Formats: sequence, C-alpha cells, structure tokens
Amino acid sequence: MQVTFKLFAQLGQYLPPQAARNEVRLDIADGTSIWALLDAYNVPRGLCHLVLLNGHAQAAAVRGEVRLKAGDVLAVWPPIAGG
Amino acid sequence: MGWTGKILRINLTNRTVKSEPTNKDWALKYLGQRGLATKYLVEEVDAKVDPLGPDNKLIMATGPLTGTAASTGGRYSVITKGPLTNAIACSNSGGYFGAEMKFAGWDMVIMEGKASSPVYVTIFDDKAEIHDAKDIWGTSIWHADEWIKKRHQDPMIHVAGIGIAGEKLVLYSAVVNDLHRAAGRSGVGAVMGSKNLKAVAVRGTGGVKVRDGKAFLAATAAGKKVLQGNGVTGAGLPTYGTQVLMNVINEAGAMPTRNSRDVQFEGAHDISAEAMATPRKTDGKPNLLTNQACFGCTIACGRISKIDETHFTIKNKPEYWKASGGLEYEAAWALGSNTGVKDLDALTYVNFICNEQALDPISFGATVSAAMELYEIGVLTKEMTGGIELKFGSAEALVKCVELTGKGEGFGKELGLGSARLTAKYGHPELSMASKGQEFPAYDGRGIQGIGLAYATSNRGGCHLRGYTISSEIFGIPEKTDPLTTVGKPALVKAFQDATAAVDSSGVCVFTTFAWTLNDIAPQLDAAIEGGWTADKLVELGERIWNMERQFNNRAGFTAKDDSLPPRFLKEAAKTGPATGKVSGLETMLPEYYALRGWTKDGVPTNETVSRLGL
Repeated sequence: MQVTFKLFAQLGQYLPPQAARNEVRLDIADGTSIWALLDAYNVPRGLCHLVLLNGHAQAAAVRGEVRLKAGDVLAVWPPIAGG
Repeated sequence: MGWTGKILRINLTNRTVKSEPTNKDWALKYLGQRGLATKYLVEEVDAKVDPLGPDNKLIMATGPLTGTAASTGGRYSVITKGPLTNAIACSNSGGYFGAEMKFAGWDMVIMEGKASSPVYVTIFDDKAEIHDAKDIWGTSIWHADEWIKKRHQDPMIHVAGIGIAGEKLVLYSAVVNDLHRAAGRSGVGAVMGSKNLKAVAVRGTGGVKVRDGKAFLAATAAGKKVLQGNGVTGAGLPTYGTQVLMNVINEAGAMPTRNSRDVQFEGAHDISAEAMATPRKTDGKPNLLTNQACFGCTIACGRISKIDETHFTIKNKPEYWKASGGLEYEAAWALGSNTGVKDLDALTYVNFICNEQALDPISFGATVSAAMELYEIGVLTKEMTGGIELKFGSAEALVKCVELTGKGEGFGKELGLGSARLTAKYGHPELSMASKGQEFPAYDGRGIQGIGLAYATSNRGGCHLRGYTISSEIFGIPEKTDPLTTVGKPALVKAFQDATAAVDSSGVCVFTTFAWTLNDIAPQLDAAIEGGWTADKLVELGERIWNMERQFNNRAGFTAKDDSLPPRFLKEAAKTGPATGKVSGLETMLPEYYALRGWTKDGVPTNETVSRLGL
C-alpha cells in the first residue's frame, strides 16, 4: 500500500534520495506501525517530537500500535516551536 | 536595583523634559514594562481619549530584567491606546534599544502632547533633548536611523522610530528599532506619528544594578542552562526560526489561507523554513543567510535573509541587495498563504519594506487579503485600486500594495485603514478577519479551538501573543491538548494569558517559555529586585494586569459583544484537513471563560475580583 512520508527540519536528512520538498511516496507492507516506518529510515525516536498522522497528533505511547493505512500522510518534526 | 528608579517624562507640546522617580509602590505591584506602564497609562489617560489626539500618551517601558545578564533580557514595550482598535495597546520588541534605555538610566519614557512640528528625541544617559526632525521627516526609519547616528557622531546609538507609514497615520504602523525589530502591533507607530515624533535615539553608558549579585548570576546561569538543553530553544529555534511552523500548521489544517476561506495552503512548503534554507534555482544561494540574536539572547531565533539580485522586486534597486531581517512565521503567513502568494523572495522584499517603513506585516497582509476578496467579488475594481489587479496569488499586486501603503499613497491610503474599516467602508464588514479591529495572526480558530478564544478575548484585539495556546494545542508544551476540542480551553487560555502578562512585564522574551516556566523566571527576578517574587506571585501579577487592561477597555466602551470572531469562523466550516466540518466553539467557551475570570456574564470583572486583585 502507498503512504506519504514527510520529515521536516533536521529530520529531512533521513528521507530517501528520491524525496523532494520534504516528502516521498512509499510502498509499505500492510500493518506497518508508525514506529516501524520511522525505524526503517533510521529516524531517531528521541527526535520524533511532533508526529502528525493525517494532521492528528500521535503521542509516543501509541506510535507502536497505530498501523498505517493506504493513503495515510505521516509527518514528523523534531522539537520545534515558534510564534 | 533591577529598576533604575527613574522615569523620563517628555512633553512634546511644551518641549520640556523632566526626570521623576519611578513609583515604587506601583513597581512592586505591577513589576515593569507591560504591567507598570499600563498602570501609568490607565491612571493618566482617559480611556475614551482619541488615540491619535494629543491627550493620548505613548510609553516606552523596560522590565526589571531588561539590560541584565538574564537570557533574552533585551525586551521593551510600547504602551498606549491603540488607533487600530481603540483598545489598550502594548507592543513588545527585542533588539538592543530596550537594554540601551536601561543603560541610560531609565525604566520608562513617557511621551505626552504633540509637537507643533516634526521632532526626534535623543536620550544620552541622563540628558534628554528634543530636536528638529525636518531633515528626516518623510523618510524611512532605515534612513532616519542612519542619519541620527551620523548627525550625533555615534554608531552605538540605538534608534526606535517610525517610517513614512507612521507619519501618514497608517493605522497598523509600527515602531521599529535596530532596523528590523518591531513593536509591531495595534498601530503604536501611528500614535508616534500623531505626536509629530519621528524617533527616539538612546545611548547609555551605565549598567543595571541587581539586588543580590551572587544569587542573580546563579539564577541567570541556571536559566541559560535550561534554554541550552531544551530541544526547542537550544536547537529548533536557532536553526529554523519560527518559520518551521509553516508546514506544521499547514499539516494540522489551521493555516489561514486566502482571507481564511481555506485552512491549508498548497504553496506552504515554498515559503517555509525548509525552503528558506534550500539553494534557489536562480542563483544557487539560499534565501536564509544566518540567524541573529537580540540583546543578551541565548536562543537567537532571528532570520537574516538576502533576495536574489535578479528577482523582479529588486533587480533595479541595489539598495535592497544587502542582507536584512528575513521572514518570521507571522510575516510569511500573513504576506504569503493569506494572500495566496508563494514567491519566497517577493515575500522577503515585502517584509523588508514593512521593516523600512515600519508596518505591522500581520495587519498589512491580512488587510491586503481582505481587499483581494473584495476585488474578487467585484466590490473593488481595477479603477478603484489605481490599476492594481488585486488577485489572490499575485506577487506583483502584493509588492505594489506594500510600496503604496508604506508611503501612505494612492490605494495604500485605503489599505492603511486596516481590514475592519476597509471592509466596513465597502459594505462587507464580515470579510475582516479581526477581533476588536485587529487582524488575526497565523492560526485558524476552527482548527485550533483554544486560540480562537484567545483571539476573541485578547485585550489588544486579535493576537496570538496574549495567550499562545498553540504551545499546548500543537507543540505539547507544557502538556499536549487536543486542538479540535473546546473542553478545558477556557482554563488553558486564562492560564496562558496570565502567565504571559507576567513575562511581558519582566524584561525577558516570551519565547523562553518554550523551555522555562515561571519557576525559572521567578528566581531571576527575585535576585534582581526586592518584593519576594515567586511563581505564584507572578501568576497573580499576570491576572491583575489582565483585569486592569480589561477595565480600561470596558471604560473605553468595549463590552462582551466585542469578545467575538468573524462569522466566517462561527458559520463556515473548515473544508480540508483534520478540522474538516468544524467551526469555532467560541460560544461554548466564552461563558466558562468569564466565570473562570471572575467576570459577570457581561464580561465585567466583579467587585470581588477587583478587590481580590487589589485593583
């Protein structure tokens, strides 16, 4: 199944080479969890501060349980804030 | 100690300057900066005063930590009655001007009256003078800044003043200091312009005394360690600046786009922090050159940018080929997604002009956005705009608008009214995205419910910095709350509003609170000044300030009906993203907020609340 994977700020360096504009479309296995996808791209879990699945925040505690579905958009940031 | 104990009072009508002691009782009760200056304003100015009349006063105020070794201790505020809103105005700025005021020996400078002809003021330590400004009236603040330093032969002078926009009374003109730091909101620059005051130039050679030097160094060092070790203040903000939010808020479905008709912008990535750091196709160089810190700041979130010299905005204007203050998130959003423009260098140029002519880019961008909607529905025509094709997405139109508004010329005079007056003038007040006449910042109140309540109840009109619930609702600081629910938001808004009023009165930057709590700030204050400052005392101080501002607004004629949002937020649901189908739940939240505040159903502080807070 296909999902859109987005990594921002300094996490952008973990995206595969074919990524552009901080995002890439990926074919992944059914049942892949959020952590499993991030682990597959060596994104340090400790830097995954803000994780949005289709725009909804996913707390660290549920990232191993929440399974991605076809068409999902996963976007991840390190610690950030602004104003 | 902490406080200098001196206030400079300048009467522009009589051209007199006078030093007076800072009211110690008030300082102990209202701390400094926002709190203390507001106390002076509400005591000395009738709430019904014409903001642009000679009886309004303009106060430049520091906090006890301004000019000290506390991290970010360079803040000062401009307090007055605002002409955009007719409400209390308090605009906060960094840079170096505030610290220099303190070094010159002043807690505050109070400007009264109106000069009979344009003037500027110099404050060199304890000597203050009023000078003829005919040589710099009609020029930008960038020019005036350079001219004053040359005229007085001192490059170490720090200048705060207005551009042509403030002279022409553009209702959201700012007071810009150190070229690109701004007391940006509510039209404080127009008040300065109404007094025929071009600029205030300060040079100080003294220091700031603190109550307990050893304890102060320990407390400020501990504070810096916390900032350095925090992922946001130690890495995120210095590296990417506030602009890192562009993609965050867009993904969260709370990006006001095309006058808030949409909540997500297809061009967000093009104008984001990530885009600023990426080399351009045209010249192979990135827009962002470096970051920059204000006085004493160990975060350094500021952006310094350079536009491609071949870009249409500056190709024949070498004066803009140099590096200058780059886009912060609020400017990038207001000038970009809100107008549908995704040309990063064009936005950078427009931001340069906002700095050069001292305009608030939030209100300017939002007013252009409202005008674009009026143009799109045929209410404004090309003839009425002086030939500008005012279409969403047109960088050329946006550039023309800022050049005209910055100088108060042509269609810029209309834009200079702000969105509330402009849309009302053309019979469509519902198209102004504002509360109390001031335009909203970069977060949509349908996708982030708490911030909608914060906008509606902000004492200075639509504003994120009176109660930045985004910190909790999006970043999870100090705790994550669901942005889509109204449950618990009245208490969250109140807590943020009270804490922020305290921080704004201390002399440090509100951005420290991504890492600090009031428990980190209290020991720094307590070591600097007498008064036994604790976190609990700061919360009470914040609540006292909030209610003092509210009482001023009530006396000025504001009522519960002004705690409102435009119909678009209450009736038109978000079309995309996580908030699809949602409108703001303001009507649910407001009664609970009033109850928590200790206000009547009409939004008036009860006698018990007034008494409890010692007002």
